[in-house]
Amino acid sequence: MMHALRLLLGRVTGIAFAILAIATINFVLVHSAPGDPALVIAGQSGATDAKFIEQVRADYGLDRPYLVQLGTYLGKVVQLDLGYSYRQRRAVSELILERLGPTLLLTLSAFVLSLVGGVLFGALAGRRHGSWSDLTISMMALLFYATPVFWLGLMLVLVFSIQLEWLPAFGYSNMRSGTFGTFDQAVDVARHLVLPAVTLSAIYMAVYTRLMRSSLIEVQHEDHVRTARAKGLTEAAILRHHMLRNAAVPVITFAGLQAGALIGGAVVVETVFAWPGLGRLTFEAVTARDYPVLLGLFLVTSILVIAVNLLTDLLHRLIDPRVVTR
Amino acid sequence: MRDLVRTFFRRPAGIVGLVLLGLVCLMAALAPVLYPASPWEMTGVPFSRPGENGMLLGADTLGRDVASGVVHGARVSLLIGIASALAASCIGVLLGCIAGYAGGLVDMAIVRFTELFQTIPTFVLAILLVAILTPSLATIILAIALVSWPPLARLTRAQVMSIMRREFVQAARCQGQSTLSIVTRHVLPNAISPIIVAGSLTVAAAILIEAALSFMGLGDPNFMSWGYMIGAGRTVIRQAWWMSVFPGLAILLTVVAINLVGEALNDALNPRISRA
Repeated sequence: MMHALRLLLGRVTGIAFAILAIATINFVLVHSAPGDPALVIAGQSGATDAKFIEQVRADYGLDRPYLVQLGTYLGKVVQLDLGYSYRQRRAVSELILERLGPTLLLTLSAFVLSLVGGVLFGALAGRRHGSWSDLTISMMALLFYATPVFWLGLMLVLVFSIQLEWLPAFGYSNMRSGTFGTFDQAVDVARHLVLPAVTLSAIYMAVYTRLMRSSLIEVQHEDHVRTARAKGLTEAAILRHHMLRNAAVPVITFAGLQAGALIGGAVVVETVFAWPGLGRLTFEAVTARDYPVLLGLFLVTSILVIAVNLLTDLLHRLIDPRVVTR
Repeated sequence: MRDLVRTFFRRPAGIVGLVLLGLVCLMAALAPVLYPASPWEMTGVPFSRPGENGMLLGADTLGRDVASGVVHGARVSLLIGIASALAASCIGVLLGCIAGYAGGLVDMAIVRFTELFQTIPTFVLAILLVAILTPSLATIILAIALVSWPPLARLTRAQVMSIMRREFVQAARCQGQSTLSIVTRHVLPNAISPIIVAGSLTVAAAILIEAALSFMGLGDPNFMSWGYMIGAGRTVIRQAWWMSVFPGLAILLTVVAINLVGEALNDALNPRISRA
């Protein structure tokens, strides 16, 4: 018990340090920008308002020494004050909170899809090592691994929305809430979700397929598999009980580490599909040069990723007792 | 050396990659000859389909030649890809060497720093960097390098740590050679081959990041790039599919080519750890 408590305490301090480090990166960035840091904090549209600039300068103590400024900034972050978007006339934390849901829905769906697809295709390819199906799957994985995500999204829109007219090309929902039943709304959102989720998952599916394939090929030669075969088990049973489970471990471990990359991918995918999440907010902020929103987004997405990493780590410990508690 | 070349060419994938990459490089080198006019120049009828009005790959909304953009875009992609991979390798190798050689607290600090950079959403950081420092070739290269070094640092650290234990390094130390000389003369030359492979794969990743940045409107406004072209074609994809299809194919082929070459290089340089 004491051990677990100490472990948890260590983790929490580690996370606190990480968050402070990320906030410090933000601070350094604001100050390394060409020109007045007050103009960066105000964003391009806020920079035209002299009164607002004065207020920013006073708020962040920009006439005081660097260290005091850093302290002021970190203090604001700790109090969840991520600044004010002059352009949207709202607090940055509010803007981000509002867009969190759709991004979580998209990244989570893409994550599950890529993991399931990757393990499946990788197993299919690895089992028949050197066969035509292996060659085809490996080639596809190679291609998808090299495809720019945003371009893949556009191509899917071209085929499935414009040519075939099967799925909506962009947006989150066509229905206004309140006028339709919950079920209809869920179906509508799900229809909008298909293309963005497939797009975002493709590159990771390719990575997991390759990982799973090589992992399965390796497991094939292990002693316990040979023993199972000697016992006279059917090939299907050997695959299911003795190979897949062991082969999938490195894939799942690796997938847990991909949370940061997944968020980065979501930024681009949401831009293509006008999906109203954090990524779309990033694109809007880039276009308007709304720096406080960008700084806030970097901080929040980083914290999100750190939280996900902690969660996968804990899950890993629960599932696999061999993971040593450090 | 001859063995290296022979293993490299044993796999057809390596040859395919090398040929593709050669074609892309040729395209980049011959851009001013093939299309002497600036790719920004409006030379044709807007929305010309591929093959129409003497435009091989069609024209965009303003009548700019898509083929000219694709050819000139190769220069920017390759330049940014190679430069940022080199810069990332420099940062990664330097930090990895220091961590692996020094050990102790220094090592721990560098490892923690690297881990932090590996967990944060690096693409969001790249966007933030380029947006705040204003988009230009230099800031884009800097941003990509700053988000790409961690895997190289980890790899170098691991390599250095394993080689440091070998006898010849200890012998050099007994001879009283300086740290710098031990690292540059004995450790790095023996550690370098997997780093070269990882560095070459970083070029491919860097090209993808550059494309995504310019797609988001964060490219250098003075240079035509593939990502920018796809971004410009996004809103008119119903009317002009060719505006986004061709630059995307160019990115895909280039990245596939580099990955194939990198893998073949891996088989040639690290025969023991090459995949089954």
